[in-house]
Amino acid sequence: MAELRMRDALREALREEMIRDPRIFLMGEDIGAYGGSYAVTKGLLDEFGEDRVKDTPIAESGIVGVGIGAAMAGLRPMVELMTINFSFLALDQIVNSAAKLHYMSNGQISVPLVIRMASGGGSQLAATHSHSLEGLYAHFPGLNVVCPSNSADAKGLLKRAFRDENTTIFIEHTAIYGVKGEVPDDPDFLVEFGKANILRAGTDVTIVGYSGSVHPALRAAALLEEDGIDAEVIDLRTLRPLDIDTVVASVKKTNRAVIVEDDWKFGGFGGELSAQIMERAFDWLDAPVARVSGKDVPMPYNRNLEFAALPSEEDVAEAVHAMM
Amino acid sequence: MTHQQISLPAFNPPEPGNEQLGMFLYQMQLLRRFEEKTGEMYTKGKIRGFLHLYTGQEACAVGALNALREQDRIVTHYRDHGHALARGVDANRIMAELFGRVDGVSGGRGGSMHLYDVSKGFLGGYAIVAAHLPLAVGLGLAAKMQNEDRVALCIFGDGSVGEGEFHEALNLSVLWKTPVIFFCENNLYGMGVRFAESLSTQIPTLAAAYNMPAVSINGMDVLEVYRETQKAVQYCSTGNGPYFIEAMTYRYRGHSMADPELYRLKDEIEQYRKRDAIEALKQHMMERGMLDEGGWQDVVSRVDHAVDEAVAFADASPEPGLDTLYDRLMAEPANG
Repeated sequence: MAELRMRDALREALREEMIRDPRIFLMGEDIGAYGGSYAVTKGLLDEFGEDRVKDTPIAESGIVGVGIGAAMAGLRPMVELMTINFSFLALDQIVNSAAKLHYMSNGQISVPLVIRMASGGGSQLAATHSHSLEGLYAHFPGLNVVCPSNSADAKGLLKRAFRDENTTIFIEHTAIYGVKGEVPDDPDFLVEFGKANILRAGTDVTIVGYSGSVHPALRAAALLEEDGIDAEVIDLRTLRPLDIDTVVASVKKTNRAVIVEDDWKFGGFGGELSAQIMERAFDWLDAPVARVSGKDVPMPYNRNLEFAALPSEEDVAEAVHAMM
Repeated sequence: MTHQQISLPAFNPPEPGNEQLGMFLYQMQLLRRFEEKTGEMYTKGKIRGFLHLYTGQEACAVGALNALREQDRIVTHYRDHGHALARGVDANRIMAELFGRVDGVSGGRGGSMHLYDVSKGFLGGYAIVAAHLPLAVGLGLAAKMQNEDRVALCIFGDGSVGEGEFHEALNLSVLWKTPVIFFCENNLYGMGVRFAESLSTQIPTLAAAYNMPAVSINGMDVLEVYRETQKAVQYCSTGNGPYFIEAMTYRYRGHSMADPELYRLKDEIEQYRKRDAIEALKQHMMERGMLDEGGWQDVVSRVDHAVDEAVAFADASPEPGLDTLYDRLMAEPANG
């Protein structure tokens, strides 16, 4: 075990996978000479050379398309889009080509591509640079959508993504790049897709988060403990495939569910999760499923306004109290 | 017309012989009759959805695809039946795909705009304008990184040129010297808008601006298309990067079966029909004693037979079972 920041755990995953599989190469905006906007790819250009670590023009659609083509031809590309905010420019490639080619070609074509992007608000980057779009990508059949909340999962899930035959949207919350956590040293350490993680066992309420929102969920559980409420906290880890079984089993035990997400509530992933809980555990619920989400506005720049727009542990605790 | 400042290596491909010209003639007639038949099947309700007919543009597909080698790969636009046929994809299975049947090249999941036959290097028709241009660069990049001598032929229409991906792909392809032939079928109309009204310059001028050889050729002349594409294959397969061809052509039918064609005059269509590529090759061969009327009738009847057989095959093929709806949504994960 080593204690690593999430960005370093991600870099380890990239390094180990590149050493293991010569078909893997990296493309992206400022991933080479600059070392990556969030320093995830720092040093990889020196180690692997410019054939395998390619700086690209600022052309999101183009580079995702090149990644798809190279994956169709048998390579294992990774494309870094710098941030999820820029992925809108590549949306057609992701949705119409990467997600659909296997199905449309009746299985003749596969697109084993990893697309990494940094997401989330909290850094006063304002409305165009603070998106949480995990739920948007989870909407599309044919993709894996992965969003780790800690260093060990970041490494194990990213390594797992390189061993998949499908395109994986790999989303990294900027607020936790610098958070340290224990990471196994085993180069074959993988975290399976579609296996949620029960981070804290509890009996009174189930709090579900993913990516950055796992952290206010955990802090809320600590606050609730002081009030004598025993919360179970579940980290979804991947939204597609979704481990609904673990969530439902928990809700059947606790009879209450709160979903925490940075994304907008309206039409967001929390709505999907809430519906699935009600479809499968309606008779076990003692209260309507609650959602603690980002507020339904473009992210404001002002620090206090931005704080108010994002879910906090107090918001989560309040939602739990309201349903007890 | 050549727009490039790049000096090309001297390469004069050999002229096609009798047998090859006979094959071009057969293929062009096959593409023509196949499309006429699909139009007929559409009006009978056997084919649904969007159907874009290739009639008029046959010289482009037959000339370009025959210049490729077995190992080369193709991505193309949604008017893709002709390209698939010219690549040797089974006509029966193409028709079955148009009928939405289980024996279709895409198992009935793709339809007219999404034909795939990986065994032939035919990696698809793409129905979002210009979306496949970056894919072609990726195919070329992969071939280069894997040290394989494979060229990617990327066929698209003049309507693609306004899309950002056209520019992103051309730029990346030159930067990374990928073996890609950008083959623009300029049929003068992006759906119903004349390309001259949607582009502020000439298409090869744009390509040349990205520092690649760019030529404009007569896309109604199969021999010229064949010769120029052979040059492009030679150029790309010897490590020089991409090559751009604009083939001036014309479609006889509307953009799709739904097109009332209010934007062009019947006269214009008649003018182009006088330059018909099949007629031109027929004349060429007859003047040189390579073909007589009997030989031509033989081509016609062989093609009619093949097209009738394709329809019969498609009609006999079963519909996909409803229990297959979720099949092949996700590829099976590898174990590294």
